Amino acid sequence: MDLQTLRSQFPTLAQSNDGYPLCYLDTAATSQKPQQVIDAMNHYYQYDNANVHRAAHQLSARATSQYEAVRDKLRQFINANSREEIIFTHGTTESINTVANGLTAHIKQGSLILIDSAAHHANIVPWQELAKRTGAVIKPIPLTQDCRLDIDAFEALLQQNPAIVALSHVSNALGTVNPVKELVSKAKQAGAITLVDGAQAIAHLNVDVQSIDCDFYVFSGHKMYGPTGIGVLYGRFDMLDSLSPLMTGGEMIKTVSFEATEFNQLPNRLEAGTPPIAEVIGLGAAIDFIQALPTAQIHAKERELLNYLQDALEKLGDVVLYGAHKDNIGAVAFNLADEHHQDVGILLDQQGIAVRCGHHCAMPLMQSLSLKGCCRASIGVYTNKADIDRFIAAMESVKELLL
Amino acid sequence: MSQSVQPSAEQFLALTLENDTAATVELFEQAGNWQERYRQIMLLGKSLPKLDDNLRVESAQVRGCESNAWLYHSEIDGKHYFIADSDARIVKGLIALLLIACNGKTSNEIGAFSPDCYFTQLGLQGQLSPSRTNGLLALAKAIKVAAE
Repeated sequence: MDLQTLRSQFPTLAQSNDGYPLCYLDTAATSQKPQQVIDAMNHYYQYDNANVHRAAHQLSARATSQYEAVRDKLRQFINANSREEIIFTHGTTESINTVANGLTAHIKQGSLILIDSAAHHANIVPWQELAKRTGAVIKPIPLTQDCRLDIDAFEALLQQNPAIVALSHVSNALGTVNPVKELVSKAKQAGAITLVDGAQAIAHLNVDVQSIDCDFYVFSGHKMYGPTGIGVLYGRFDMLDSLSPLMTGGEMIKTVSFEATEFNQLPNRLEAGTPPIAEVIGLGAAIDFIQALPTAQIHAKERELLNYLQDALEKLGDVVLYGAHKDNIGAVAFNLADEHHQDVGILLDQQGIAVRCGHHCAMPLMQSLSLKGCCRASIGVYTNKADIDRFIAAMESVKELLL
Repeated sequence: MSQSVQPSAEQFLALTLENDTAATVELFEQAGNWQERYRQIMLLGKSLPKLDDNLRVESAQVRGCESNAWLYHSEIDGKHYFIADSDARIVKGLIALLLIACNGKTSNEIGAFSPDCYFTQLGLQGQLSPSRTNGLLALAKAIKVAAE
């Protein structure tokens, strides 16, 4: 499939504003959706809508089999060991909350929780709350000068035998990649439970959870060309099975009486209430979309495009890049001289350029970089060289106005 | 608004804005493209004095702004005066546009002021959307609430 055909599958991208064609460089916030994802969700609501797992009718049987088929697809997609290791959530945030809440009984006063300094707030705040409940202590894993995780400092922290190590696979703000397999292996040797936030990795890398060997791996559907409102919690079966449920209610029980309630088995035990059925089906279509692509070719193209973007920004002059390495994934973080990131964002928006400007839900990272915020341009499978060129031309205009 | 620190009445009265609303709207109508509009916005921002560091405090911050924006209000002889600043230049210019319309006005005048109409006339209606993180909508609301 050539890139033009691929791009034409994303209807949102075919629009312009005030004569400026949309230049969408905010895929790290949420990706655009291909027609087949939109169609799959529409089709479900038009023809197959029923609640799953309960009613004794054909419609429900059809909805249930489509819904459960996505669990099988996901198992295969990330190479989990069994389908019960795939839990549907509403997004990465809920996935991490489910783990952090579910581990409460495992964590003692004074237990140590290590968190990636570049982590998204979703991979920080649930652990802080766990620490509040249990008296555990949180320590950030520092970064090196060039914004990579400081492996030496990490190893030193592991000497203190942390109970939990929470990492990002790819930093959402900077696009830097962590060697998660190596980090997880070290953390496990120290006896820690490991969680990897894969929200920014899942659309851009082949993720194999058994190879990474983490206890938990989490991601969102909407950053991998799927719908919002659906996320995934992968957990090793025994680890998942030991979590106390974050939410209780229907679907997750085996028997209920006013004397005693018995919870259901995995995966249902952690999926209380009616799930986001259409979103699960949409996510299934997104996986089909990704799997039909020539993955190696696409990954190489994305890498090339990101490097082109980094180089072009560098060449523009008066631009500061943060943690921009050649092996980064998906995003580049920058500021224009001393200009406020918001001014840059407003002026880019005037020219139809969509980028994110702010703290990127990574305030501790911004603090460690001594920044109020920055701009982030991020790419996806549909981004082409013309998008980058248009963005750079727009940056030229911004420079002319501001500097 | 009750703030722990507050500029003096002299400081409130010292603010003089060169343009009135009609002249500002005319200026923006004459702007040929977005570059000229935003150049004007930044020039207007420059006409607002820089807020003293001791007044750049959290209690005066307007929420809903990605940049820092501070707003002080005082009612003097039945008229409302504002001192405001932002660390982002365009946001500061947007604040200046609001102050041109509202500074030194009575409660009735500010009550009758429609930010929607005003920013539409200026060709800047997009900046007032609630999804924006420029805080303009929050600032406009704060000014209106202060003058109630």
